Amino acid sequence: MIGGLFIYNHKGEVLISRVYRDDIGRNAVDAFRVNVIHARQQVRSPVTNIARTSFFHVKRSNIWLAAVTKQNVNAAMVFEFLYKMCDVMAAYFGKISEENIKNNFVLIYELLDEILDFGYPQNSETGALKTFITQQGIKSQVLTKEEQSQITSQVTGQIGWRREGIKYRRNELFLDVLESVNLLMSPQGQVLSAHVSGRVVMKSYLSGMPECKFGMNDKIVIEKQGKGTADETGKSGKQSIAIDDCTFHQCVRLSKFDSERSISFIPPDGEFELMRYRTTKDIILPFRVIPLVREVGRTKLEVKVVIKSNFKPSLLAQKIEVRIPTPLNTSGVQVICMKGKAKYKASENAIVWKIKRMAGMKESQISAEIELLPTNDKKKWARPPISMNFEVPFAPSGLKVRYLKVFEPKLNYSDHDVIKWVRYIGRSGIYETRC
Amino acid sequence: MPAVSKGDGMRGLAVFISDIRNCKSKEAEIKRINKELANIRSKFKGDKALDGYSKKKYVCKLLFIFLLGHDIDFGHMEAVNLLSSNRYTEKQIGYLFISVLVNSNSELIRLINNAIKNDLASRNPTFMGLALHCIANVGSREMAEAFAGEIPKILVAGDTMDSVKQSAALCLLRLYRTSPDLVPMGDWTSRVVHLLNDQHLGVVTAATSLITTLAQKNPEEFKTSVSLAVSRLSRIVTSASTDLQDYTYYFVPAPWLSVKLLRLLQCYPPPDPAVRGRLTECLETILNKAQEPPKSKKVQHSNAKNAVLFEAISLIIHHDSEPNLLVRACNQLGQFLQHRETNLRYLALESMCTLASSEFSHEAVKTHIETVINALKTERDVSVRQRAVDLLYAMCDRSNAQQIVAEMLSYLETADYSIREEIVLKVAILAEKYAVDYTWYVDTILNLIRIAGDYVSEEVWYRVIQIVINRDDVQGYAAKTVFEALQAPACHENLVKVGGYILGEFGNLIAGDPRSSPLIQFNLLHSKFHLCSVPTRALLLSTYIKFVNLFPEVKATIQDVLRSDSQLKNADVELQQRAVEYLRLSTVASTDILATVLEEMPPFPERESSILAKLKKKKGPSTVTDLEETKRERSVDVNGGPEPAPASTSAASTPSPSADLLGLGAAPPAPTGPPPASSGGLLVDVFSDSASAAAPLAPGSEDNFARFVCKNNGVLFENQLLQIGLKSEFRQNLGRMFIFYGNKTSTQFLNFTPTLICADDLQANILTKPVDPTVDGGAQVQQVVNIECVSDFTEAPVLNIQFRYGGTFQNVSVKLPITLNKFFQPTEMASQDFFQRWKQLSNPQQEVQNIFKAKHPMDTEITKAKIIGFGSALLEEVDPNPANFVGAGIIHTKTTQIGCLLRLEPNLQAQMYRLTLRTSKDTVSQRLCELLSEQF
Repeated sequence: MIGGLFIYNHKGEVLISRVYRDDIGRNAVDAFRVNVIHARQQVRSPVTNIARTSFFHVKRSNIWLAAVTKQNVNAAMVFEFLYKMCDVMAAYFGKISEENIKNNFVLIYELLDEILDFGYPQNSETGALKTFITQQGIKSQVLTKEEQSQITSQVTGQIGWRREGIKYRRNELFLDVLESVNLLMSPQGQVLSAHVSGRVVMKSYLSGMPECKFGMNDKIVIEKQGKGTADETGKSGKQSIAIDDCTFHQCVRLSKFDSERSISFIPPDGEFELMRYRTTKDIILPFRVIPLVREVGRTKLEVKVVIKSNFKPSLLAQKIEVRIPTPLNTSGVQVICMKGKAKYKASENAIVWKIKRMAGMKESQISAEIELLPTNDKKKWARPPISMNFEVPFAPSGLKVRYLKVFEPKLNYSDHDVIKWVRYIGRSGIYETRC
Repeated sequence: MPAVSKGDGMRGLAVFISDIRNCKSKEAEIKRINKELANIRSKFKGDKALDGYSKKKYVCKLLFIFLLGHDIDFGHMEAVNLLSSNRYTEKQIGYLFISVLVNSNSELIRLINNAIKNDLASRNPTFMGLALHCIANVGSREMAEAFAGEIPKILVAGDTMDSVKQSAALCLLRLYRTSPDLVPMGDWTSRVVHLLNDQHLGVVTAATSLITTLAQKNPEEFKTSVSLAVSRLSRIVTSASTDLQDYTYYFVPAPWLSVKLLRLLQCYPPPDPAVRGRLTECLETILNKAQEPPKSKKVQHSNAKNAVLFEAISLIIHHDSEPNLLVRACNQLGQFLQHRETNLRYLALESMCTLASSEFSHEAVKTHIETVINALKTERDVSVRQRAVDLLYAMCDRSNAQQIVAEMLSYLETADYSIREEIVLKVAILAEKYAVDYTWYVDTILNLIRIAGDYVSEEVWYRVIQIVINRDDVQGYAAKTVFEALQAPACHENLVKVGGYILGEFGNLIAGDPRSSPLIQFNLLHSKFHLCSVPTRALLLSTYIKFVNLFPEVKATIQDVLRSDSQLKNADVELQQRAVEYLRLSTVASTDILATVLEEMPPFPERESSILAKLKKKKGPSTVTDLEETKRERSVDVNGGPEPAPASTSAASTPSPSADLLGLGAAPPAPTGPPPASSGGLLVDVFSDSASAAAPLAPGSEDNFARFVCKNNGVLFENQLLQIGLKSEFRQNLGRMFIFYGNKTSTQFLNFTPTLICADDLQANILTKPVDPTVDGGAQVQQVVNIECVSDFTEAPVLNIQFRYGGTFQNVSVKLPITLNKFFQPTEMASQDFFQRWKQLSNPQQEVQNIFKAKHPMDTEITKAKIIGFGSALLEEVDPNPANFVGAGIIHTKTTQIGCLLRLEPNLQAQMYRLTLRTSKDTVSQRLCELLSEQF
């Protein structure tokens, strides 16, 4: 179990320190600072073992969150908790920055008291937390006895994530499919590894205790349904996708998913992440990068990079950024590009090429001349891969939301009365091409 | 040296450094550095040539970036260019960069060396200084190769400036330290020695450092430096404090130089009388000055003064020839023992440790014992206490051993954990070495175990047991004390081990007392059994079986214990095996066999104390050994020690001290004899153990035969194919010999037929049992030979072995070591009886005398062991001359018994022995004399 939790700023100064168990001493704070934050080499592992104490850390911008334990805990649980902690803090006061943490430290301690008890994670659902941990502080007069008991029964009850008696005039529902596509491609255009990790995020403003059912083009479900009508399988089989693994929000009834593979749940009020999934097959790669690097003597390098967009011409990709690494002994760069802006950023040792918008089935190119300074270092330049960032309005995994049905038997609104919005956003994860 | 003027400061560099310092995160810092590097690269790449100033600035920035921990792979060329600049600041930065960043890059090294060469030849002292510093800072082999020949010339050249000479001397020292082989010795060495006479004290100081290091390797070449150093030293010491101006440090004239000169003198033995007088004068002056009231209250003054003093004292100790000085030094140190400065107390104790080993000052050191003991008790600093312990150890001798050991023991209770183990070892060694009365020794060690059981290493308690076993006068007392100590409700496991072993051996000595009756002893031990670790339990099980032998009345109780499930079905293999075997042994074997198997352990052979070895290992060889050497010398007579005697197996030749106590520390071999329940296998095992210990024996069988005259077990014969081992026992006129034939190859021996051929005149009656005709590869077969001595004989039987090995026929003949003396039965008798019988056997045929030269070193202990091994009793205090050995015994044959008396008179000067034997039968006298003469 988690013995304690520390939050540091980039200098390693402790902003928040909460110790849950006696086996964690004061020196643990310093041990982490000395061995991880101020370590000579950058510490890459998120788990560090120092003197039989395990430190699990995540970094958000310049802030380090570290969970400490002396026991043999489930590391995945700890990280899940840390991420949840970040989400909760973000939901309360926005961006996690040193300034925000300093301004909200009372709130953070309050949250920490609530979501961890003697090192055991508790209910960390933002919606539920917000009912009794408010940023203004709880004024005792406002809360009636009834409300208090309601909070108690909700927090301890079966459906801890939703309180009763929620009412909206307009029943609305927003569904975002957010995906990040990761790729490593050889210079010849061969895919070395590719996967999509996606999330389905839902924002619900529904009255009462609605029962929802979510359907997507999951291959197994489609095939099961398609058994009856053979021809339909042929049609939809192409569009169905194979999900490698997925995790759900606690509100989803897992028993039903296991038996019928249907996703049904009573949603929490407000925003939450319904599911996370990962696919590796039949990924639509939105961009293709074709690099051409030519070394001219010892002191010159010619680089030409072509990018091709590979999706429907009617769609527009945004925030495109191509990053071409330059050798460490670069002494000067000349760039010519047809579209967008390109610049040599010495501080990052790379040429950065930015394009605001680009439609599908187009192509664009950049060429650069890099001058090199001869060095006495015999090491050859390692040629790091060219990386790319973008945002596209479709799901590269091919996932489609088929339906989202809402049933509320007690109140008089039906599935048709709910306004539903669905949006797909595909972003680049680590999208690299070797050169 | 010209200082960097204000206008020369580099603004760009300052801005860059402040930018870096203001970076919020590591990432920001890296970004800023990347940007700067790109900027510098573009500047260096740029077509227009950079001026010296910008070059210097950028090189400086690169240096700063490098020192921040980033790799720099360019800019070396620019730095080398800076070397050829004529401005001091630019040259300086260039050299700085080179000395920090240079690696053995071939092309650049040449350029750098060229630049350095130019500067060395420039005659500009600052440039020469820079170049020399660069060489010394880099100090690589390449540098040594390039300049080791040149620097001595600069050093001894007449027109070189003093400051350059200084640098040159130190630079040469540095090169000599890294690659001594590259610095050529030559005629410059004699001129370097004369630098000790230089006007400039800085040069002298630098040269002294150089000469000291060189003289350590080549003392002959620098011998002349001794007199120069002494005269220089005397000039410094006698000078008024104001004479040396810059080199007077807080009223102490040239302390560094003095210290270095004293160090230099420590490389050589005491000089010849003329110089020695002057040196003694110097040292006396230094000692006198220490007595003067301090000229300043500042700590620097006393530090400098004491540094010189301590160095002088170590020189006195090094020479170790002037009793007067040694005693004075000792008294001076004695004053420091109570000084309020902790460092001084530490140093005083440390120096005293070395003083204690000098014969002249040992007594003087001893006078401070009270102070040292007091330091031990009251000192706050643990390192000082540690030194105090060292000193106590060093000053300990017979006269004060009891006091010192008692003090150390009482200190042990409160001692710091880090030094406890060492103190324990020291107490153990001192207690053993200076034990006049072994009861005191036993008490001390038991106390030691009680106080600091956890820190008592295995060696310490092995040693107690060795000593108790070897000295029969303390055995009863030890048993009693151990028994009492064990009665404490909680006692340390080591105490249980000692207790178990000693009670198992000598429990019978205190069994008469109803308070320590056998049953009580057993119950006491068994009450500790369950709290102990496995090795201790194994030891206790052996104790139990020994109890079965010693006290038949507790046999039933012990069998019950052994039979219990917790023993017979113990999870630990060793315990289980012991329980099973001992139980079997106690039920199957008759009392006679039990008595033989579980006989009292034979005395241990004397060898270097394992504790001492342990202490040496712990402290590192340098410090302790010299101390130990001297200690050993002084304590030879004291350490009477137990007599060595051949153990039942060939323990006398056990080579490694780690095989202590028959490997009792390592669990497997049982300390008692092997139980016959599993006779065949185990016997072979035990035997093969001892055989491997005796392996390096010479293969010559005649030689081996002689060896067996005084012992019964071991390897008789060995070649590439076959090993023949013996294990024999004799009682009165009967004997039994186990012959083990070991096949050392991997192939089978066929038609293996050993036959015993007895010479015609052999009167021994020999019965052999046949053996299997095939011996498998790596296997061992055993043959039992029963021997009966019918009457006296001279020729030993011959064992002839024939077998086929891989198609060839092998034939081996060896003499079986069955000699007349094997049927000896020792007889103890008083001096009076002995001489009476001696006179009775005065018939000339009955006496045989042989005078011969000693073949082996004449060691009293070994001789005693041999006489006992030969079979006769060794009679002490019979002969009026204590150096002589006198023995008596009876040879048993079937028909008669022959009384024998022997007398061995060693002559140490001539390395000769005279052996006289008188027996009732002339042939016996003759034969025994022959046999015994061979042994010495």
